[in-house]
Amino acid sequence: MLELKNISYYAGNKTILDNISLNFDYGKIVAITGHNGSGKSTLVKIIMGIINQTQGNILLDGKNIDKLKINERSKLGIGFTFQQPIKFKGLTVSDLISTIAKTDNPVKCGCDYLSKVGLCAKDYLLRELDSNLSGGELKRIELAINLAENKKVNIFDEPEAGIDIWSFDGLTNIFKDLKKKNCITIIVTHQQKILEIADEIVVLNNSKLVAAGPKNKVLPTLKNEFCEKLGGEAMYG
Amino acid sequence: MDKIEKDLLLQIADLHKIPEGAFNIRENGKPLKSNSTAEIEIVPKKDKSGIDIYVKPNVKNKSVHIPVIITTGGIKDLVYNDFYIGENSEVTIVAGCGIHNATNLNSEHNGIHSFHLGKNCVVTYIEKHLGVGNGMGEKVLNPVTNIVMEKNSTFTMETTQLGGVSSSVRTTKAKLFDNAKLVIKEKILTTKNQTAKTKFDVNLIGKGGSVDVISRSVAKDNSYQNFYSAVKGKAECFGHVACDGILVGNARIDSTPKIVCENVEATLVHEAAIGKIAGEQLTKLMTLGLNEEEAENLIIKGFLK
Repeated sequence: MLELKNISYYAGNKTILDNISLNFDYGKIVAITGHNGSGKSTLVKIIMGIINQTQGNILLDGKNIDKLKINERSKLGIGFTFQQPIKFKGLTVSDLISTIAKTDNPVKCGCDYLSKVGLCAKDYLLRELDSNLSGGELKRIELAINLAENKKVNIFDEPEAGIDIWSFDGLTNIFKDLKKKNCITIIVTHQQKILEIADEIVVLNNSKLVAAGPKNKVLPTLKNEFCEKLGGEAMYG
Repeated sequence: MDKIEKDLLLQIADLHKIPEGAFNIRENGKPLKSNSTAEIEIVPKKDKSGIDIYVKPNVKNKSVHIPVIITTGGIKDLVYNDFYIGENSEVTIVAGCGIHNATNLNSEHNGIHSFHLGKNCVVTYIEKHLGVGNGMGEKVLNPVTNIVMEKNSTFTMETTQLGGVSSSVRTTKAKLFDNAKLVIKEKILTTKNQTAKTKFDVNLIGKGGSVDVISRSVAKDNSYQNFYSAVKGKAECFGHVACDGILVGNARIDSTPKIVCENVEATLVHEAAIGKIAGEQLTKLMTLGLNEEEAENLIIKGFLK
């Protein structure tokens, strides 16, 4: 289990996260939603260690990981997919998959994961992760690299950004596969389709936790109570 | 050959043994071994040190290796190599110089290479420079490349300074006639107190000519690099120069672009970006399990690949 206990984060005088406590169980998909600026991305970056919380504790399987660096948390099994994929001049898709995948055959491994995100491996394995790839291609590759890591905790920061609507089924299948593998899956999202496949939904508003629980309980509330506040039709239409 | 000689040849020219086909190996300022073929003739110069390389017209898929190695200190070598590539030929030329200097005396190689490309020929020129050896003596390399490209010819130059070179001044001049295509890929790594200067001077004279210069450099420690490129468009043509540099430690990189359009149909572009490794790149690789040093090394390795 991944536990967040009383997490707060302040940037100067501004409160970004205010006393958030949450538990994430294995085999569950948890969607974190809320309007822009509510603290969703900050919260998941704190789990990965990209941002250090001002107060509170994080425990993975009962072990306090507050002092662990990003790479140490990665080695414990936490993976992170960025909202905006990072570009690298010179590094190829194959380079990154070779670096992370525990396999003797990175090409085959790369093929498996690239095809899961709808890309033809032979066209992409040797491509550099730079501006020659479109935003959508980079996003899919980012997802494939995350999958190749085989992490037990998988964090996705707005995975739908840059993914065209026709690829949504592929994206949701990825999350369903992670659930089958008994992973913890945490998704920051604005998309109703993703909320609908979640087991649990967490809602942040103005730095505070305003709802958390099973999808069946939170989603109707979201639609009724928070819909207008959180963006109305544009968000859940 | 001893181990030092073999290692240098392997690193600068990917040679595991004396190559088949046309080659010329130069060691410590003197010719060591040379071989011509029916299609590629290598002739020693009579008036100065160096060779003339003649590739006959219509030669396809052949290679020439002309590596230079220096295995001691106190050598100052100046060599002139002239290449005459016949019309319609397609060849790969592998050059480069490796200096192993374990002494306290300086060693220096000045290689002046001139290429005369006939119409429609396609040349790939691979040049690697390397300095090794723990002596206090400097390892100095100053390559000069002069290229004259006739109509429809293509010249792809991959030039790499692998590290360990105390100082270098790399000068490349090119003159392109109609529809000639020049591609230059330069990669330079400097560390400690090393200096590396690069100067490109490209004249697009003929209609339809194009040049693409891609320079990637990494300067570490207290090293200094200077990049200067001047591209002149005198006809309808296209020129693109991209200079990317990564700084580590107290290193410095100067980049000076110069583009001169002398024809309304000339399109010339220069882009340069120099800075430290982006924090977000390090963060991304750390999320994949690499520590900061491993992430930095992977980024640099990819950048200079």
